[in-house]
Amino acid sequence: MPEEINVEIYKADPLSGDTSDQATEAAPRTHAPLDAAAESQADLSAEMHALGEAYAQAVRNGAPAEVQPRLDYAPYRSSVLRHPTKDLHHADPETIELYSPAFGHMDVHALESDLTIAHNGEPQGERIVVSGRVLDGDGRPVAGQLVEIWQANSSGRYIHKRDQHPAPIDPNFTGVGRCITGADGSYSFTTIKPGAYPWKNHLNAWRPAHIHFSLFGQEFTQRIVTQMYFPGDQLFPLDPIYQSIVDQDARDRLVATYNHEQTKPEWALAYNWDIVLTGSKRTWTENEALGAAGDENE
Amino acid sequence: MNRPIMTTPTKLTPTPGQTVGPFYGYALPYAKDRELLAPGSPGSIRLQGTVYDGAGHPIPDAILEIWQADADGRVPQRTGSLVRDGYTFTGFGRSAVGNTGVFTFTTVNPGPTEEGAAPFIAVAVFARGLMNRLFTRIYLPENEEALAADPLLSSLAPERRKTLIARRDADGGLTWDLRLQGEDETVFLDFEGASK
Repeated sequence: MPEEINVEIYKADPLSGDTSDQATEAAPRTHAPLDAAAESQADLSAEMHALGEAYAQAVRNGAPAEVQPRLDYAPYRSSVLRHPTKDLHHADPETIELYSPAFGHMDVHALESDLTIAHNGEPQGERIVVSGRVLDGDGRPVAGQLVEIWQANSSGRYIHKRDQHPAPIDPNFTGVGRCITGADGSYSFTTIKPGAYPWKNHLNAWRPAHIHFSLFGQEFTQRIVTQMYFPGDQLFPLDPIYQSIVDQDARDRLVATYNHEQTKPEWALAYNWDIVLTGSKRTWTENEALGAAGDENE
Repeated sequence: MNRPIMTTPTKLTPTPGQTVGPFYGYALPYAKDRELLAPGSPGSIRLQGTVYDGAGHPIPDAILEIWQADADGRVPQRTGSLVRDGYTFTGFGRSAVGNTGVFTFTTVNPGPTEEGAAPFIAVAVFARGLMNRLFTRIYLPENEEALAADPLLSSLAPERRKTLIARRDADGGLTWDLRLQGEDETVFLDFEGASK
């Protein structure tokens, strides 16, 4: 995590020396022939509404509920050439896929779960604590595993050279955190509530405020990257990324709950969000089922 | 919407995935993320490839993870993937692609995890524009007998099967390209089967 925010962050990747993120202009034009700038929110909303109606009709006709986003969701324009058109191939996971990389406190410092202390001063914005548990599909805690988050600052600006949104950078906020889950699968981050930000999917497109989450389970098949949202956001019905999950119950699983009991007086608002990974495919030993802490295996 | 915490194992509905978006570049990459072994160390090979979209263009904003057995076919369970000590093989690596869609890892040829099994490297891919992560595999091209007996490969038509098998380079490395869409689209895997 960089100690100081400076312009170099925008010019080169300080970690690997690669320049992958400078590609916005130079990259080959990979987009379908869609003039994004000419499309209005009304056009996009009509498309999303039609897809939602078709899904609701299919469910009424007995189709099963969809619990994941659609890979093929045209209102998210960048997905048009980036989703497989062939069905995913069913495979039984084998050996390596039935285990997960091991992470521990050797990998992650305890202070990395507090995004408000990475710099010399306090970041601007509304201080929050986001906490919850990581569970597998059988309800077992995912213990001793890696959780990574990244987010915009309170003005809706990412510390990333590709983010050209003319909102202020906060010299005291990078927006990157990590932690290792506890024996009960618990995680907790102290951060700042991110702002909404504009993007170029269509004219006047705004992303609802969100925090990106990256999670590992006890098996590689449980790996997931997702986004956590805040309750009551007025941008939900307008956002093609959120709406790519066409089922309302499934969408709701990405929205945190405000928790006044856990809110710290005169300090920080508390949100809870539990994450459920897919079910285990491995036959577990008793020790595993009880939830070993990651570091005990180091 | 947060359910009460379950104390007994119960089937829960998984949380949906979402795209990794365009701004992972300052969060997910880390020092030596793609070096499962120090480059040039004995037994190390380069694994490289390009990520393409449905128009056949390389995409500059994808990030790949690999997870594999060691050279002897053992599944590593050592921590230290994020802070590499230079000696411990953890089996996990992460590589964001560059401008030209190219990813690179330094690793070892995985050994067979079971007698006679075809060795492969497990892959997860994330990209802007890709709504959820995709899983696939990279098989080593040698040992045709094991490849022919592999349960996954033998369930695929020949033109689909070849998308999962790497090429051996003259320097001993592996090249394997990933195509998200189109002709020669890579085979992506669904481990949930009928439960989806």
